[in-house]
Amino acid sequence: MAFDEAKKDFNLIGTRPARPDGIDKVTGRAQFGADKAAPGQLHAAILRSPHAHARIKSIDTSAAEKAKGVKGIVTRADFATGLKGEMWNKLENVMAGEKALYDGHAIAAVAATSALAAKDALKLIKVDFEVLDHVTNVDESMKDGAPVIREGAAGPSTPEGMHPNVVGFYSSGHGDVDAGFADADLVIEDTFTTEATHQGYIEPHACLAQMGKDGKGEVWCCTQGHFNVAKVCGHLLGTEASQIRVTASEIGGGFGGKTEVFIEPVALALAKKTNRPVKLVMSRSEVFRASGPTASASMDIKIGMKKDGTMTAGRGVFRLQGGAFPGAPGTFTAMCAFAPYALENVSQEAYDVMTNRPKQAAYRAPGSPMAAFAVESVVDELCNQLGLDPIEVRLKNASREGSKASFGINWPRIGLVECLEAAKAHPHYSTAIPENGGRGVSCGFWFNHGGETAVSLALAEDGTVSLSVGTPDIGGSRASMCMMAAEELGIKYDDIRTTIADTATLGYNEISHGSRVTYASGLATIEAARDTIKKLCKRAAAKWGIDEDAVYWEDGFAKPSGPNAGEFEPMSLAKIASKMGATGGPIVGHYEATPEGAGVSFAVHIVDAEVDKETGSTSVGRYTVIQDAGKAIHPSYVEGQFQGGAAQGIGWALNEEYIYGEDGRLQNAGFLDYRIPVASDLPMIDTVIVEVPNPGHPYGVRGVGETSICPPLAAIANAVSNAAGVRMKSLPMSPPRILKALDEA
Amino acid sequence: MQYQAPDSFDAAVTLLNAEQGMARVLAGGTDVLVQLRAGTVEPDLIVDIKRIPGVHDITAEDGGWRIGAAVSGVELNAHADLCADWPGVAEAHDLIGSTQVQGRATLTGNLCTASPAADSVPAMVAAGATARVQGSNGTRDVAVEAVGTGPFKVSLAQGEVITSIFLPARGANGGDAYLRFIPRTEMDIAVVGAAVSLTLDGDKVASARVSLGAVAPTVLLVEGAANAIIGTSLDDAAMDKLAATASAACNPISDKRGTVEFRTKIAGVLAKRAAKIAYDRAKG
Ligand SMILES: Cc1cc2nc3c(=O)[nH]c(=O)nc-3n(C[C@H](O)[C@H](O)[C@H](O)COP(=O)(O)OP(=O)(O)OC[C@H]3O[C@@H](n4cnc5c(N)ncnc54)[C@H](O)[C@@H]3O)c2cc1C
Repeated sequence: MAFDEAKKDFNLIGTRPARPDGIDKVTGRAQFGADKAAPGQLHAAILRSPHAHARIKSIDTSAAEKAKGVKGIVTRADFATGLKGEMWNKLENVMAGEKALYDGHAIAAVAATSALAAKDALKLIKVDFEVLDHVTNVDESMKDGAPVIREGAAGPSTPEGMHPNVVGFYSSGHGDVDAGFADADLVIEDTFTTEATHQGYIEPHACLAQMGKDGKGEVWCCTQGHFNVAKVCGHLLGTEASQIRVTASEIGGGFGGKTEVFIEPVALALAKKTNRPVKLVMSRSEVFRASGPTASASMDIKIGMKKDGTMTAGRGVFRLQGGAFPGAPGTFTAMCAFAPYALENVSQEAYDVMTNRPKQAAYRAPGSPMAAFAVESVVDELCNQLGLDPIEVRLKNASREGSKASFGINWPRIGLVECLEAAKAHPHYSTAIPENGGRGVSCGFWFNHGGETAVSLALAEDGTVSLSVGTPDIGGSRASMCMMAAEELGIKYDDIRTTIADTATLGYNEISHGSRVTYASGLATIEAARDTIKKLCKRAAAKWGIDEDAVYWEDGFAKPSGPNAGEFEPMSLAKIASKMGATGGPIVGHYEATPEGAGVSFAVHIVDAEVDKETGSTSVGRYTVIQDAGKAIHPSYVEGQFQGGAAQGIGWALNEEYIYGEDGRLQNAGFLDYRIPVASDLPMIDTVIVEVPNPGHPYGVRGVGETSICPPLAAIANAVSNAAGVRMKSLPMSPPRILKALDEA
Repeated sequence: MQYQAPDSFDAAVTLLNAEQGMARVLAGGTDVLVQLRAGTVEPDLIVDIKRIPGVHDITAEDGGWRIGAAVSGVELNAHADLCADWPGVAEAHDLIGSTQVQGRATLTGNLCTASPAADSVPAMVAAGATARVQGSNGTRDVAVEAVGTGPFKVSLAQGEVITSIFLPARGANGGDAYLRFIPRTEMDIAVVGAAVSLTLDGDKVASARVSLGAVAPTVLLVEGAANAIIGTSLDDAAMDKLAATASAACNPISDKRGTVEFRTKIAGVLAKRAAKIAYDRAKG
């Protein structure tokens, strides 16, 4: 469905009404994953591997079964057999099979009459482990002699002769990079690393599940995609997706991490075994050890530049570990790396590598932030050494409509140049850089996604509207849906209630990922509203006894289209709805599709940072986010996404990291030593919304949730490097790392 | 597990002595309850001292201050006269945790947890504080630096409890300060802590005590570092010597919070910065 050039004068779009879920959230009435209880429910706990890599020789649950309060225990033997490919990998992650593949890997689970009884029973389960050599570092894992995580896991793209831990490969590019480097006045080549980080959502995974012996189940859980939960649970329990009805709770953050399924199949298996409802809530340390952090990366970048700032060639090699399973987002890393630049000569390749760590999950624009860190650090260094302005250089080389992207497509209408111009014009960029400080600039890119979407919009007799969408609201999307429906129907924002419908109510909806919700569910909402309007006009036409085509809809009223159609008093939505029972029955609009016009989004961040050279401590001063939103439906939530991405990026850049000991165990499975920024660590993050309409959405919406985390690692690294006077090539730039770099300089 | 809340220290000591299994004294509980929840300790007896009369009091004594064993961070920091005398101790205690934790956490608990990284302990050591200990053999006063004997180990005998902490008279022309290094701005554990307390005679340091945290198995009292600044007005040479002696006293470990090299270097940096603040405070 194309951008509607005519639609310019909005009533509601671009305003900032209060979010419909706000009161529930501030009063504590909102129900999150762990808030639900069922009569007779049991509490579950999961036994997890203390080893990074071990063969499970036997599991003896007999003592635990006899313990007080214990009602049932499940192991891998209680799940489906014969799964292949992706579903086998999911099951293997949810419950270990022959081997424990990482510290925290689930081995068995207990359901008991209290959470304490379940936890106590775990101590009685005897597992005979044969501890194996392990590897947690991406570069080590690719080397000859590294412990093999699993033979035969490599996909068809993997080049011959690589270590079995290398399971995927991607390459693309165009031109002649060597000729490009030969053309350059300065070529810089360097290696960069980033550590794995966690999405750090405040709400741990939680669910309540029921399943009878007949295989019919119900799940209540916090997830970004309940339809996917139903699908995965169906496979893992050997039943059909439609037999498991899943309801999404309110969600306390996800950022990609709740696109995966971890505990729901376990709770269902226990419910089936005990014939009782089972509640399962992860602890924070389980969230760290056994949900999905992001990949860590090791990257080689080479870029050539002329004295005038023209980039002549770029090459990147990206190695990403994604835990003990295939799926590290190296392909995205490679595709995003040079996306902001219109390069004549470019080549990029990526390796997907397995290690003894938890299976990585999406984390806002998976793979892109680390790519930007590596590439934009080299661009910054080139600018420094050639004495060029970093924004001018980026403008000179910027991707724009019609230019060829580094990964092959020809760009449609994009807003990078507009973002760079806005950055250049922003007062932040012309203020003096603080003494002892440095300034960093970076571009960032993310694709955005459409995906399967189904929406239904039902009128009530009183003229209000119930809108059902299937994409969990992870960032204020219910407000945006109400706004778009109200805009189309010409009724009040408050007269619409948007509900996240369960899996039995709507057709399949893809997960709330890929920054797709305001784009895809928004588009579907607009279409469902237009479908409803057609039906409303038809009822008015019947009443007036005129042709359907002679009625049009304006500002909430059906009106005859001109003098020829006849003179009739316009009929409001409420009026038509009040009679709908007698005029043809319920009026429901709907829309189902897989929209494919999600517009890509670019951003530019400007950061000032100061470094205490005696301690290596960094403080982030001024921070400005400039990003193309296409069209901001509710600007507050767009700004919230911009600020949230920057805040998480500050954590990733400065202090967050998965720290593994020699024994392969995670050393910092808690918020004390896994250091996400606290409020006092963050500056006010200023935002500028650029609006270059996406041709693929009726109002021009582009996804905004992910692009905002693409530039910060690089922008902060550039600011810190410029402040410290030494190039920081490894994240996080924690004080000991900065001090070491200063000492070595 | 048994919970008891006696109304006297005599009763507390009797209960603790009678316990055959593992006993834990409960002050604010911000360490004890966390340990219980994490399952790292499973005591048979918990003796809550918060109902004992006087444990929430701060009283003037010999020009100094006697602080009851259950005085929380909030109560301590609300005491203007104590804060004026010992701003370093008050600030150190105030660094512990969040507002919620401050409503409970005590100096006594911080001392008895015996974490090498405890924030209030270096400040108390620099201040020359003593702890009053009661046991079946009566009451004794011990220097705060003698309480912790290793990570999470104390010199208290079975059945002994601390009833109060005593901060001595500040005296004229004195000042103290505590600084810690954390990667964030709050809600973190000291990677290094440094406290300095000193008195001045004119522009010159007349007496000083320097204490370091998180750089050895116990909080350190570093005499050499104090000697480096006594008799000086913190000129560059004295400051360099202070940093060098502080760093030299370090015997840290490398862990997820910091490396040996980092901790050693930062101890010197923080000792200098704390000395400067204490000096300025002493100047008034
Ligand atoms: C969120 C959070 C943040 C924190 N941040 C910090 C921080 O920044 N810096 C820091 O140093 N600490 C921090 N802590 C740890 C803790 O708050 C402090 O150590 C606090 O001072 C402990 O005091 P309490 O009264 O709560 O001790 P409790 O938990 O009651 O007791 C601690 C220990 O002392 C023993 N004990 C208590 N009273 C007596 C007594 N009268 N006689 C003998 N033994 C006794 C107990 O048995 C126990 O072993 C934090 C804790 C939390 C939960």
